[in-house]
Amino acid sequence: MSSSSYEYHYLFLGVFLLIAIVFPLLPIILARIVAPKKPNLIKTATYECGVETKGDSWVQFKVQYYVYALMFVIFDIEVIFIYPWAVAFKQMGSFAFVEMAIFLAILAFGLVYAWKKNVLEWK
Amino acid sequence: MGTAANTSQVDEGLKSELQKSGIFVTTLEGLYNWGRRSSIWPLQFGLACCAIEMIATACARYDIDRFGAGLFRPSPRQADLMIVSGTVTKKMTPQVVRLYNQMPEPKYVITMGACSISGGPFIDGYNVLKGIDRYIPVDVHLPGCPPRPEALLHGLMKLQEKIDSQHIEKMEWYQKGLKREFPVPEFGPNGLNPPYNPEVFQPQQHREITVG
Repeated sequence: MSSSSYEYHYLFLGVFLLIAIVFPLLPIILARIVAPKKPNLIKTATYECGVETKGDSWVQFKVQYYVYALMFVIFDIEVIFIYPWAVAFKQMGSFAFVEMAIFLAILAFGLVYAWKKNVLEWK
Repeated sequence: MGTAANTSQVDEGLKSELQKSGIFVTTLEGLYNWGRRSSIWPLQFGLACCAIEMIATACARYDIDRFGAGLFRPSPRQADLMIVSGTVTKKMTPQVVRLYNQMPEPKYVITMGACSISGGPFIDGYNVLKGIDRYIPVDVHLPGCPPRPEALLHGLMKLQEKIDSQHIEKMEWYQKGLKREFPVPEFGPNGLNPPYNPEVFQPQQHREITVG
């Protein structure tokens, strides 16, 4: 296999893949052999900064958090689009303005829809 | 890499001769202890003003990372060393003891500062524990109020010396049936219950000296 051949370059990938598999696996296996396991009731208890756990340690979040986060992300991304648009506003002319207006209208419609569906109300 | 604790069959002369040509000879125990002493991960928590000195030790000027102990772990599951840095109040004691219990074997403790050794200037205080060694075994007592970062590094080096001197066949964490559980004291209306762990804390008895 010559150094300029097509397969040769993939050889690097193969070697890296091998290293990437062996490198994390080795300490995990080594730790299984070497690590002394001395479990007891206190040690296996849920870690909560040393404080005793009260109630269930599996905390459930409301679905509403997710909807809120989704709404936030949409308008966060909107700002990212608007910034370069505003910087290049003068060069791009009325076409860009109309396009951004349509984009904002779609998002605004989404907001109105969410509002109507009572997503913004915290219950 | 070679340590004083090595019980190698290869004599020192041959060892240094081989070292000159780039061949290092060591024992499994030496390698094991070298690995442990070079990666002591402390538990990341501070109790009082000593913690500020501990933070300074972790920063660039004193750089505890030179000793491999700079990786402060936010979970006891990954920690080897507990630096009790500061005043241990009675209210905080159950948490400290529980955290020590939750650390995996082998584990070490450095009591940093006068407070965690004996209560320090607050020894007469109603709310301060008179030394964390009442509940957990301590490897290095580090005096000072607070100890300077250099002192903490010195304490760490002393701990490394201790790790170096441990023998693999005598290591208690490899012995079967070892029960290492340190009861967590409960916080009652009259302080902590029990006041100390008799398995760990054996105070010197006062002897009466009769004259004449």
